[in-house]
Amino acid sequence: MKKPELLVTPANVTEVEGLVDAGATAVMVGEEEYGIRLAGEFNRDDIENALKIAHQKGAKVYVAMNALFHNESLPKLPDYIQFLSKIGVDAIVFGDPAVLMSVREHAPELKLHWNTETTATNWYSANYWGRKGSTRAVLARELNMDSIVEIKEKAEVDIEVQVHGMSCMFQSKRLLLGNYMTFQGKDLQISGRGKNQNLILHDPERKAKYPIWEDKNGTHIMSPKDMCMIDELEELFEVGVDSFKIEGIQKDYSYMRQVTSLYREAIDLYFLHPDKYNGQKENLFTELKRIQPSNRVLDTGFFFKETVY
Amino acid sequence: MMQASTQVSTDVKRVITKKPELLAPAGSLEKLKIAVHYGADAVFIGGRDFGLRSNADNFSSEEMAEGVQFAKKYGAHIYVTTNIFAHNENMDGLEEYLIDLERVGIHGIIVADPLIIETCKKVAPTLEVHLSTQQSLSNWQAVKFWKQEGLDRVVLAREVGLQEMLEMKKNVDIEIETFIHGAMCVSYSGRCVLSNHMTARDSNRGGCCQSCRWDYFLYAEKHDKGQEPLETKLFNEDDAPFAMSPKDLNLIEAIPKLVDAGINSLKIEGRMKSIHYVATVVSVYRKVIDAYCADPDHFVIDPEWIKELAKCANRPTAPAFFENTPGHVEQMFGNHSQKPNANFVGLVIDFDEDTSVVTLQQRNYFKQGDVIEFFGPEINNFTQKIDTIWDEKGNEIKVARHPLQIVKFKLDNKVYPQNMMRKEAYHE
Ligand code: SF4
Repeated sequence: MKKPELLVTPANVTEVEGLVDAGATAVMVGEEEYGIRLAGEFNRDDIENALKIAHQKGAKVYVAMNALFHNESLPKLPDYIQFLSKIGVDAIVFGDPAVLMSVREHAPELKLHWNTETTATNWYSANYWGRKGSTRAVLARELNMDSIVEIKEKAEVDIEVQVHGMSCMFQSKRLLLGNYMTFQGKDLQISGRGKNQNLILHDPERKAKYPIWEDKNGTHIMSPKDMCMIDELEELFEVGVDSFKIEGIQKDYSYMRQVTSLYREAIDLYFLHPDKYNGQKENLFTELKRIQPSNRVLDTGFFFKETVY
Repeated sequence: MMQASTQVSTDVKRVITKKPELLAPAGSLEKLKIAVHYGADAVFIGGRDFGLRSNADNFSSEEMAEGVQFAKKYGAHIYVTTNIFAHNENMDGLEEYLIDLERVGIHGIIVADPLIIETCKKVAPTLEVHLSTQQSLSNWQAVKFWKQEGLDRVVLAREVGLQEMLEMKKNVDIEIETFIHGAMCVSYSGRCVLSNHMTARDSNRGGCCQSCRWDYFLYAEKHDKGQEPLETKLFNEDDAPFAMSPKDLNLIEAIPKLVDAGINSLKIEGRMKSIHYVATVVSVYRKVIDAYCADPDHFVIDPEWIKELAKCANRPTAPAFFENTPGHVEQMFGNHSQKPNANFVGLVIDFDEDTSVVTLQQRNYFKQGDVIEFFGPEINNFTQKIDTIWDEKGNEIKVARHPLQIVKFKLDNKVYPQNMMRKEAYHE
């Protein structure tokens, strides 16, 4: 049995080293032009630098090209893909088949991870995209534990599961914040996420708050809670999930370092002996709660929740 | 003919013979029949399983068979939406289901999940497979991918504009279907799980409760090191709350461009809508497509068509992404819906040419003296004041107040079974 990869999303190049030191074995980076919902912006130089640092320390680098592309973006894909191939990134993360087509044509040796965020919901589709050329499926966040376990059992590709952080609820091509501001007759700077300011939607009915922002790719809305699976990892270990992801969007560096090292500890303990993990998991969770920002409640996402339809 | 060729070219009237398919929603057998009768070339319906809109009226196998028989008489096709993203637990029974669709004579299925695409190709190979808008198909490379995967048709993302459609057509030889009318997701389809989080209902399996249309309040949240986050309101007390509700799509004015672009199927949304809605929208678009194709060089939009569409609209409409990314005027803040300005009050069962008496099934309250309007595929709209009304037994009544009650009265013009009667709605 091999240890799962611990994948994190740094916000800038300087965070890469610290997060790998804290125990991450892979990082995902990218830029808004091609990737969506990134923890930070990495231009080509940044990616090269991140790659040097990570590879030196034996960690992998995946680059996000998970946007939904319109025709106008297609011409720039080959060059970017060739660049990523040349510098030797470990995989490209994609959702749009256009990326797959372009990789086939321009850099067939590049590995692909399939991630549409919401539509990887059964083992058949995971394997389907495997047959089309991807080596990994990133599962939808809306699956429960039983589904995840069954997918992993039947998957012919690696399976990545998010275990910590916020997840995406919504993407629109419309500029919904800008439209609202224009409607109100206000001239507010709403586009980017500020360094220390985020926008949130209050939902009084459900007493929830949803992070929201607007960028080149449209409007994005995120989950009101942070999932945290640190004390519920057994089944994922047992079935052999290949990668655990910690989402770093809107999290500061010191938080990310600490969370990464807590999950590192959880993984290492389990592989020392499952009992050791069992004995420690409560403490790990307590430790995590201690550093969790007060405005982001922890929960277990959809792992133990049934949805109806 | 022996005419001099120099004269011919200038006088010949251009006609478009390859019309796009007009595709209508049908939430029930009755709606299916109305849609086809009013001019739809094809309808899409939901079956027992594997489709979104799990709460729409869905068809049993027997109803589908009856629908197929009916549509056949008109040369119309029926497609079944099987567009969920399945979870493992939803995979059972899929093969039998698809085999059954093929057996009853369904023409094709509308699919998002590769599981269903490949299963269909294996067990029900004569069914056409159309890629659902749930895949949010937005570029021609992706269209090409699905073409290579053997799909017969793709339904585009609602975010795709005319220019992009033209490029897709130019680059890939595949049938393209696009939405022309009705409600729409404000998100990229398939990429919204608001309802999962807010109400534990899975939107990608049909559980969406339109959470995007609710009101929210926008705040900025400031983070200073070592301090609790500080929130500030980005609205004043009397401002409308933040909302994402888009106006419904309406591309009536764009039909000529869509026909010229060679788009193969023009789709109307709304399986939950009434037969009045389906009849009204289908008949208007039928007229627009036919009029344009019959004489594209002299085509103008008849203002009556636009008025007609407004008679069944309960929300404002807009052309969405057709030309540009929509701005704030294409969204709704504050009040969210309007009442249609006409009510559907009766469905024609029969017309006696000798006595000019119509037999009608009541669908909403009307009374003697009301001014009503008739419409239908065989007639031009006309209005008239109702004189004496009789019930089924021939007794005079003042008011038709019972749902589905059969009533009769005299008309000045001829009508046909399935024609509809509507009455202007008065709102305070
Ligand atoms: S909540 Fe709105 S955008 Fe999301 S799936 Fe439902 S209708 Fe579409």
